[in-house]
Order: sequence, then structure tokens, then C-alpha cells
Amino acid sequence: MSILVVMENRGSAWNRMSWETLAAGQQIGAELGVPVMAAVVGKGIGPLAAELATKKLDKVYAVEHDLLAEYTADGFTSAVEQLVKASGATHVFFPHTYQVRDFAPKLATRFGQMLVSDVIAIRLEGGKPTFVRLLFQGKLNGDVRVSGDGPYFASMQAGAFRADGLESGTAPVEAFTPTLDAAAIRQKPDAPFRESARAVDLTAAEIIVSVGRGIKEKENIPIVAALAEALGAELAASRPICDNGWLPMERQVGSSGQTVSPKVYMAVGISGAIQHLVGMKGAKTIVAINKDANAPIFEVADYGIVGDLFEVVPALIEEVKKAKAS
Amino acid sequence: MKIVVAIKQVPVRDSQLRVESDGRWIQEGDLNFEINEPDAYALEEALQLKEKHGGEVVAICAGPSRAQQTIREALAKGADRALHIEADDLNTLDTLGVAKLLAGALKEEKPDLILTGLQSDDLGYGQTGVVLAELMGIAHATIIMQVEADGGSIRVKRELEDGWFQHITMPLPAVLTIQSGINKLRYATLMGIKKAKSKEIKAIDVASLGGSPAAVASIDKIYIPQRTKQAQIFEGDVKVAAAKLVEKLKFEVRVI
Ligand SMILES: Cc1cc2nc3c(=O)[nH]c(=O)nc-3n(C[C@H](O)[C@H](O)[C@H](O)COP(=O)(O)OP(=O)(O)OC[C@H]3O[C@@H](n4cnc5c(N)ncnc54)[C@H](O)[C@@H]3O)c2cc1C
Ligand SMILES: Nc1ncnc2c1ncn2[C@@H]1O[C@H](COP(=O)(O)O)[C@@H](O)[C@H]1O
Repeated sequence: MSILVVMENRGSAWNRMSWETLAAGQQIGAELGVPVMAAVVGKGIGPLAAELATKKLDKVYAVEHDLLAEYTADGFTSAVEQLVKASGATHVFFPHTYQVRDFAPKLATRFGQMLVSDVIAIRLEGGKPTFVRLLFQGKLNGDVRVSGDGPYFASMQAGAFRADGLESGTAPVEAFTPTLDAAAIRQKPDAPFRESARAVDLTAAEIIVSVGRGIKEKENIPIVAALAEALGAELAASRPICDNGWLPMERQVGSSGQTVSPKVYMAVGISGAIQHLVGMKGAKTIVAINKDANAPIFEVADYGIVGDLFEVVPALIEEVKKAKAS
Repeated sequence: MKIVVAIKQVPVRDSQLRVESDGRWIQEGDLNFEINEPDAYALEEALQLKEKHGGEVVAICAGPSRAQQTIREALAKGADRALHIEADDLNTLDTLGVAKLLAGALKEEKPDLILTGLQSDDLGYGQTGVVLAELMGIAHATIIMQVEADGGSIRVKRELEDGWFQHITMPLPAVLTIQSGINKLRYATLMGIKKAKSKEIKAIDVASLGGSPAAVASIDKIYIPQRTKQAQIFEGDVKVAAAKLVEKLKFEVRVI
């Protein structure tokens, strides 16, 4: 048995979640007493491979090819497929990023396996990992067991493992040059871009009041906007609110929106799906207002009111005004 | 252009979920079901592409008989016909298994484009479309926020993290996994609902597709997550709770 962690980078910058996944690999490797390897994939990745080599690993693969300069699903699938075979890894770990979502399921299919995605913990039972993953948008967890001959593929959710637990060491770097055919890469990517400059910078706000689908209708948004105003806060929202056009996209918090860490983040009628949490769990104090006592948002909250926001928010506005006046 | 849309029926949002006594799945008896949210956007995108380029929209769904209702709703919104893979054991199948059933049922359809949602609200594996593309030997792209078809190829806008995007061009046929918010959803019209009654839903027996594929990943147990951090919850009278919270914000968090 051996573990291979496939790291992710854009150009010369690591995706931070890779380090958390590497920590997961080290942890499981140590508990099982099996070799742990890591790979960086791309072009001009020498410095990244050298950095990886300062971690406690049995081997670092520098997977390099001109056709890997830009990410493509076809190119990366083929390169990592060849690497998995050559490395003999039985367990392949990825960070659960958008890029991994784009190619790792295809890779697993080539081995007759499936990617166990969105993993938040790994338990070892009889020397075999059981993967704990999110179900129903974080409302439930599920224990997933893999069978068949492997290799097994899993992707780790942000924040599930701690990168500060990474162990240092020295690892040999092995160059790995996959055989790739330009004609077999069907996706032709343009350069990544951002939409026009953001008019709203939520990252500077001290207090954020964020509204979710619990608000029910566009016409109700002013109720929460009034609370934001009373608190002197910026108004933000979960994705569905922006998808519906009830608030502009630039007020969206989450993995595909802004990442904020205000002094106070007040989530009103937001369930707390992981893609929302990654954008706000760095807030110093989190307040949740939700009618469902089991909503995942309460897991990250410091303070909460379980109740109907249409009653709670007006009461809050009144109390805030009183507190400000006194 | 022949477009297939994969739709899944899932418990309605905000359902109170209870774990079945064997601990392997939820109690479905008293739940209501609806179309998986991103699949609704995938259907809308297919309908808009058809309006622009002509062709046909075929909905495909693997699920038990209750899924018929969700299929009918897709037909009412404008899908031309549907394929219903009658599978009662969805939660014991894994993604690879579901994708194999979908690929099997689509073998004779030869679509130009297949749209799926990017993720299901219940299992949330976020990969059925990608696996389907690999099984069918065609190109794919994920988390799509825009689709422009142009003859034998398409140009799509992929969502990346942190507000970044990227355009990608690919040959057809292809599979795209659609992100919520790509378009504005339509409602079914009365006329649409009436028409849907006479549209074809072809029932496909799992046995005719070679039976349920054996799972390589199985869910052993589901449960309510343990809280890692204990939030201080203010309960009871709304006014009292609000006052207590504001007191905290003023004297401990010091933002008021
Ligand atoms: C790739 C990907 C990227 C994504 N990116 C993002 C992102 O950047 N940001 C983001 O937010 N989401 C994102 N999502 C979507 C995310 O998974 C969730 O679907 C979304 O965050 C849910 O929003 P919500 O909490 O407002 O709605 P819901 O999940 O529907 O929750 C509504 C909540 O309101 C509560 N409620 C209802 N009525 C009341 C009431 N009267 N009073 C009080 N409470 C009430 C309910 O109990 C529920 O908890 C992404 C998803 C994917 C797959
Ligand atoms: N049983 C099913 N029937 C039809 N489509 C499905 C089914 N399961 C998943 N899908 C499609 O695959 C997408 C992703 O699902 P998942 O991989 O489970 O997150 C969904 O949004 C649907 O479009």
C-alpha cells in the first residue's frame, strides 16, 4: 500500500488546500506505516518540486510536459493516469478544488473506480480507510467504504485537515515525463479572467450581514438591508440570492464569490453549505439566525438565534437602535 | 442540435431529514421531492439552446416511479420527450453505476450535447457528468456559466474559484456540467402542462441495460454530524433573545 498526493498549483503559486491534503496523506501514511509520495503537475515546476522535497515524503514526482503548461481535463487525466500506474500508488488523494472536480472523476473512471469526493475525515478500520464525506449539503455525513482492486481516489474538503501539522524532511525528486499527444487534448482553454473590477469590496468590511434563501422573496431583502444599516454593516448574500438576481453577484460570499474575515459575520437564513462556509469561516465572530436548529451554519457559529427571521430581524433592529442610543 | 439533459429527483430543500433505522439512508416515506436545483438550470439552458439552434431536448432520469412527476415537469417546461431508467436502488448505486446506466440508455440516442447539473443536492458527488463523458468517450467541461454553440464546436465559460472564469472551446459531442445561476429559470405554462401529458416517457428497465452495476464505493452509514464548536444559542421569546444577542455584540464583541 502507498499514498500519492496530487498537489495543485496555478503557475508558480500553490493552491493552499494542497497542503491540507498533503497533511492528510502524511497522517494516514504514518498511521498505516506506508510510503507517502507527492506530485506536482505542470510546466516549469522545478521550484515547486524543490519546495515539496522539504517535506517528509518518500518521493516527489515532478510531472512535467509542454502540454501541461495550461490545465486541460484531457491532458491532466492522461498525465496523472500514467503517473498513478508508474508510482504503483494504491491511494490517490487530491484537494477538492474546482480543477480536481474537473478531471479526477474521469481519471478514476479509467481505473474502474470512482472519486470519493468532499471528504472531511478519514478513519482507519482494520488497516483500511473509511472516508467520511458530506451529504445533503452538509446536513448529514456519510461513511464511504471503497471496494474492488483500487487504486482508490479521494478528494479532501477545505479545512478538513490542518496544514500546520505538516512534517518536514527531505525527499528525492523524480522527474516524470508523461507521453501526451496534442491532438488528444480536446479542450482549448483561454486565459482565466475576472469580471470587471468589483464595485463592492466586502473584504474591508468590519461587520457583514449576509442574507440567504430563508428570505424567500426579493421583496423581503430590505428587511435584512435595514438590519445591515442599523449595524453599519455591508450587506452580503449566499449564492442563490445572487443567482436569482436579488442582489448583485459582487455581494456573493463563498468559494465562487468573495472570501471575507470581518469582525462579525451575521448569517440570516443561510443553511451553511460548505461552499458558503469556506468564504466566511475566517470571521472573528459568527452569528447565525435560522429557523432550523440543525442547520450546518450553527456548527461554525459563536452565537445563534433559532427562530423565524421575519420575527427575529425586526426585533434585532430595534435592540441595535436602543443599544446605539444608550 | 440534439441535447440530452440529465435530471435527478431529490428531496425538497428544507426537508426535515431523518435517518432510516438501518442507518444507511434517510426515511423517504414522508418527504416531498423536486428536481435537483442545478439540473433545472441545465434544462433551461438546453431549452434556450434549442430555441436558438433548433433540434430536440431529451430529458433522462434514473430513479424510482415517483421520479415520473419530476420528468413530467421537465416536459411541461418544454423538453420534447424523456427517458426514465426505472431504478429503485439509487442510493446503493455509486456514481460509476449511475453513469453506466445513463451511458447505456443513451447509446442509441447519439446526442450532440449532454447537460447535467454540476452536483446533486443529496449525494453531492459532483461528478456524474464527468464520468458519463469518459464512459461515452467524449469531451467535457465542468461548472459552466455560459454556452455558445457554433457548428461542430462549443465555447463555454467555466467558473473557477474566487470569482475567476475561463473560456474553453471543445468539439461536439460533449458533456457540460451546469452551475446554478447560468440563466433565468422559466415556469411551466398551462399550455406546456397540457402538452406534457401527451409527450413520450420511455421506460427503460435496468435489466435491459445489463442490470445494476456493482458498487465500488458504498455508503455504510449516514448520521447527523457532531458539532465541533458549541454555539451559544439564545432561545425563547424573540425580543429577549434579540436583546441578549445585541448585549453580546455590544459588550463582548464590541462592534456596537
Ligand atoms: C461549485 C459550487 C460553488 C458554489 N459556490 C457558492 C458560493 O460561492 N457561495 C454560496 O453561498 N453558495 C455557493 N454554492 C451553493 C451552496 O452549495 C448552497 O447551495 C448555497 O450556499 C445555499 O444557500 P442558502 O443557505 O441561502 O440556501 P438554503 O440552503 O436553501 O438555506 C436556506 C436556509 O434558510 C433557513 N430558513 C428558511 N426560512 C427561514 C425563516 N423564515 N427564518 C429563518 N431561517 C429560515 C432554512 O432553515 C435554511 O437553513 C456553490 C455550490 C457549488 C456546487
Ligand atoms: N439518477 C440520476 N438520473 C439522472 N441524472 C442524474 C442522476 N444522478 C445524477 N445525475 C446528474 O448528475 C449530476 C451530478 O450528480 P452527482 O454526481 O451525484 O453530484 C446531477 O446534477 C444530474 O444532472
